[in-house]
Amino acid sequence: MASTETTAKDSGDLAGLEAGLDALETVQAGRKPFRQTFVEKIFPPVVAVALVLAAWQALVSFKIVDDPTKLPSPGAVWEVVRQAWLQGELLGYIWTSVSRGLLGFFFALLIGTPLGLLVARVRFVRAAIGPILSGLQSLPSVAWVPPAVIWLGLNNQMMYAVILLGAVPSIANGLVSGVDQVPPLFLRAGRTLGATGLKGTWHIVLPAALPGYVAGLKQGWAFSWRSLMAAEIIASFPDLGVGLGQLLENGRNASDMAMVFEAILLILTVGIAIDLLIFSPLERWVLRSRGLLVKG
Amino acid sequence: MATTLAKAADGTEAVTQAARIEHVSKSFAGPAGQQLVLDDITLDVAPGEFVTLLGASGCGKSTLLNLVAGLDRPTAGAISTDGRPALMFQEHALFPWLTAGKNIELALKLRGVAKNERRGRAEELLELVRLKGAYGKRVHELSGGMRQRVAMARALAQESKLLLMDEPFAALDAITRDVLHDELTRIWRETRLSVLFVTHNVREAVRLAQRVVLLSSRPGRIAREWTVGIPHPRRIEDTAVAELSVEITEELRGEIRRHGQH
Repeated sequence: MASTETTAKDSGDLAGLEAGLDALETVQAGRKPFRQTFVEKIFPPVVAVALVLAAWQALVSFKIVDDPTKLPSPGAVWEVVRQAWLQGELLGYIWTSVSRGLLGFFFALLIGTPLGLLVARVRFVRAAIGPILSGLQSLPSVAWVPPAVIWLGLNNQMMYAVILLGAVPSIANGLVSGVDQVPPLFLRAGRTLGATGLKGTWHIVLPAALPGYVAGLKQGWAFSWRSLMAAEIIASFPDLGVGLGQLLENGRNASDMAMVFEAILLILTVGIAIDLLIFSPLERWVLRSRGLLVKG
Repeated sequence: MATTLAKAADGTEAVTQAARIEHVSKSFAGPAGQQLVLDDITLDVAPGEFVTLLGASGCGKSTLLNLVAGLDRPTAGAISTDGRPALMFQEHALFPWLTAGKNIELALKLRGVAKNERRGRAEELLELVRLKGAYGKRVHELSGGMRQRVAMARALAQESKLLLMDEPFAALDAITRDVLHDELTRIWRETRLSVLFVTHNVREAVRLAQRVVLLSSRPGRIAREWTVGIPHPRRIEDTAVAELSVEITEELRGEIRRHGQH
């Protein structure tokens, strides 16, 4: 009986020791107070934008650039935006472009994902089209607009084609680099657990490659948006509806510099907004859940 | 597969060994032609037995473990195991996109355990390694020792008869390692698993094993074997552990010294 008692006591000691070690070595992560987030994250970019606006206003006020057809005042641009809003046209411009951009991006996702997986996993496919896929990323997508117009005509299909050619290589390459960076240890661990073949791809390779894939999606969106703007500017055609690119082109044709600035600001704002609302949170979530996001 | 067939054709054994390693050699293509890493290793692990493989760098102990795990094939000889063995690495190798509990559930899922049973089984296994509240914890939220315990629970989830361990505690601090030695001994005695444990730490080998197998280096050969009769619970400071460790260390040093002589 004495021996069982000792075992029980030993076991109790061990449990206590273990609980102590666990408590000592676990770091409690708290959320930052809003004030700190505001001072560190929100305040600096607001100051930067305010400084740019101030410099712009100064250029106009002190008559350093004294020609509204070259540089309208911030107030004049704001007035154009406000009028477009009051006439109910503003959301129409934005929606025309954003709906095209997101739909095109969605198609690019459907094509780029299996393509990336194929390039990453099949040696022959990688050797055959891997370098071309990376090379395509450095081709400005505006180069695809003339052939797309000739092949498909002036219509929405042509816009989507240009978006696809711009975004598919980014998405596929993101997935390829994600798969390439999967630690071999995960693959070995997966194999000993019985995750081989397709099971291994589904349970181990794809989730492990997610950070690279999401980085590819983020870049893919940036490329989609740029390609679309190039397509809208070049292939401006009244029947297509007025998106932000056409707005820019219309402004140029009317020599209306305030309208040109309006369009540029809207293109920039929408591009950043989609990234901030969709892709950055997605990326942060993926990285944070894996403990890969360094605080600060 | 061929090894299992060979064993079946043989058909002379009375007791199925947890692992049977017969005249196994392994060589890799190196800069100076074929490099022999393992030379004619023969070793059995009996059901419920705890064996440690001890050796200096370059003795091919991890290579041998990979062969037993089926991650690589021997150049010559045969290896048979009773079912697919579980394997634990020096790094925890937990998947960071899953919580501690889901890591264990993935092992259960890949083994074909029904969906409604997985959660309960995972909780049980976490309790076995004394991490009851850790089900929803992410890997990065756990300490090094806790990660290795989750990895142990995941390995146990495979319900293999044989657990292979490749220096699983080498990266931990001394106190945590000592605690995990106790933990492993307890779990081994509760589950009656067979364990093949690779290490270069003599005290660790003596503290844990029933049998210590010393491998020589380049190429790895079995140099000597000791049966450890010290009763459990053992402590790393025990005189008996220390005495045997001194003896084995002398032998190990001799093996290492041989390599400096030419």
